[in-house]
Amino acid sequence: MTRLERNKLADKLFKVVAICATAVALVFLAALVIDLIYDGAGRIDWSFITSFPSRRPARAGIIAAIAGTFWLMGLTALFAFPIGVGAGIYLEEYAKKNTFTKIIEVNIANLAGVPSIIYGLLGLGIFVRTFRLDQSLLTGALTLTLLILPIIIITTREALRAVPSGLRQASYALGASQWQTTYSQVLPVAMPGILTGTILALSRAIGETAPLVAIGALTYIAFLPESVMDPFTALPIQIFNWVSRPQKGFAINAAAAIIVLLCITLVLNSIAIYLRHRFKKRMRW
Amino acid sequence: MDKNNLKSFKALSFLLAIIAMTLVGGTGIAEAGRKIVKIDGSSTVFPVTEAVAEEFQTAHRGTMVTIGVSGTGGGFKKFCRGDIDITNASRPIKPTEIAQCKKGNVQYIELPIAYDGLAIIVNKSNDWIDSITVKELKKIWEPAAQRKILKWNQIRPNWPDKAIHLFAPGVSSGTFDYFTKAINGEEGASRGDFTASEDDNVLVQGISSDKGGMGFFGLAYYEHNSDKLKLIPVDDEIDSNGKGPIAPTVASVNDGTYQPLSRPIFIYVDKAKVEARPELANFIQFFLDNTAALSEEVGYIPLPAAIHTLTVERFKARIEGTVYEGAKQDASVEDLMRLK
Repeated sequence: MTRLERNKLADKLFKVVAICATAVALVFLAALVIDLIYDGAGRIDWSFITSFPSRRPARAGIIAAIAGTFWLMGLTALFAFPIGVGAGIYLEEYAKKNTFTKIIEVNIANLAGVPSIIYGLLGLGIFVRTFRLDQSLLTGALTLTLLILPIIIITTREALRAVPSGLRQASYALGASQWQTTYSQVLPVAMPGILTGTILALSRAIGETAPLVAIGALTYIAFLPESVMDPFTALPIQIFNWVSRPQKGFAINAAAAIIVLLCITLVLNSIAIYLRHRFKKRMRW
Repeated sequence: MDKNNLKSFKALSFLLAIIAMTLVGGTGIAEAGRKIVKIDGSSTVFPVTEAVAEEFQTAHRGTMVTIGVSGTGGGFKKFCRGDIDITNASRPIKPTEIAQCKKGNVQYIELPIAYDGLAIIVNKSNDWIDSITVKELKKIWEPAAQRKILKWNQIRPNWPDKAIHLFAPGVSSGTFDYFTKAINGEEGASRGDFTASEDDNVLVQGISSDKGGMGFFGLAYYEHNSDKLKLIPVDDEIDSNGKGPIAPTVASVNDGTYQPLSRPIFIYVDKAKVEARPELANFIQFFLDNTAALSEEVGYIPLPAAIHTLTVERFKARIEGTVYEGAKQDASVEDLMRLK
C-alpha cells in the first residue's frame, strides 16, 4: 500500500467514524421523538391546549402552563437581552485588558457551567426572600435571567469579536465617537450572532424545571397571570407533575405537553435561524 | 453598513423599551380585587387538593386556588412563616415544625382528610412470597440491616438464595417518614442502601423489571400498575386488629385492620386566616363536604364516617393544635381526636 492509498483509507475511515457519531445523536433524538409522538400526539387537540389542569387526565389541559411559559420567555428576554448585551459590549469594546477584566471573564465562563438548580436556590434567597417578590412571574424571570446571562454575555462578545476591526477604524477615521461607532456600525453587524445566541439561551431557559421548582413555582393554577406579580406555573413543571402521577392518562398528557414544549423550542430556534439569515443578507460592505 | 439594518436594529431597541414600560406600569394594578387561596405541601396529598380546588372553582367563581408541591416538610416551612393559607401533609406535624409555627405566630387547625395505605410490593414473577410480617419488614429495613441483609433467605429460610433489591420513596418524603416510624419505630431511621426516588413511577418501573425487587409506596400507584406488580399482605401479629396477613383494600384500611401501614393524610389550615377571610372558610367547608367522594376518585380511601364527623366538628369549633403532640405511636386518629 502506498502512502497515498493509506492516507485515502484513513480519510475514509474518519468519514465513517464522523457519520457514526452524528448517527448516534440523531438515532437517540429520533427514538425520543417517535416514542413521544406515539404516546402523545393523539392527545393534542384544541381543548388540551386551552384547558386548565384537572384531576381527570382526559379533561386536563396546559393553558396555564403555556401562558406561564410565554410570560417567562418574554420577561426573561426583556431583562437578559439588554443586561447581557450591555455587559458584553463593555467587556469587549470598552474595558481595559487587565487582570481584573480577566478575572471577570473567567468567572463568567465558569458561571455558564453552574448547574441550574444553584440559580434556583439563589433566586429563592434573593428574589423570593430578600426582595419579597414571592413566587411571582418576576421572580421566575429574574432567576432565569441570571441563568442565561453568562451565555448571552459570552455569545455577544464572540459576535463583537467577529466584526472586522477595519469597520471600527473606518468609522473612527470619519470622526465618529466610540459610542457612535459601537451603536451604528459594530452592533448592527454583530446583531445576527447576538440574536442567535440570545434565542438559543432562551430556548434553553424555557426547558428548565429545577430552578423554577426551587423558587417554588406552582403546580396547580386555574387562572392566567395578568401582571408580573402573579403566581404562575410553566410547561416543564406541569410535565414533571404529570409524569409522577399513577394514572396512565397523565403519562399520555405529559408526552403531549412535551411535544408542545418541543414545538415551542423548535419555533424559537427557527426564528433564530431566520433572523440570522435576514440580517446577514442585508450586510454589504 | 446598510441603512435598513440599522433601522430595524433601532426599531428592536425601541420595541423592547416600550414593552418594558408597559410591564412596569402594569405591575401592582392587578392582585387587588382577587381572592386567592394559597396551598402548598405534600405531593401525596396534591391529587386530593387538586380535585377539590377544581370542583370548588367551578362552583364558586371569583375565588382562585393555587397549589404548589414543596413536599410535606417544605410546605410546613412556608406555612409556619405565614406565606400560605393551607399546607398539605402526608404525616402529622413534627415537634420541630410545631416550634417553627409557634415562632412564626401561626396557629393551625389540623384536619385529617383521607387515608392512604402503604403497599408492600414485589415483582410480578416473585413466586416465593405470599405475606410478610412487620418483624420481617423491620429486619429488612432497619438501619442495622445495611449491607447485611442482602438475600431473601436471610429473612425467611425457605425463601431462595437470591439477592434482594430495595426501592423506596426519597428520604425527604412524608411517605418515607411514615414507613420508618411505623416499621422501624423511629422516624427517618432506615438502612441507606436502597434505590430512592421522589417519583413513585420510577419505583414501579424498578420493581417491575427486577425479579428480586421489593419496595413500598402509596396504594394508588399499585392500583394503576397491578398488571406489573404483586401486592404483599402484611401481618402485624396483633390479633385484636385482624388475624393473619391482611392486604390493603378500602375495607381493611377503613376498618383499621391494615395496620400499621395505613396512614391518615392531612391539611393544616391557618386559623387566623380562616377567621379573617370568609372565602377561605368556604373553601375548607367545601373541602370537608366533598373529600370523601373526591379522595376515592383519585385513589385514596375515605375516612370512616365517625372520624369524618369528628373532623367536621373540629373545624366548626376552630380547634387549634395537633392531636399528635405527645401521642403514642400506635394510637388511632379516632381515639386521639376523641381524647382532645
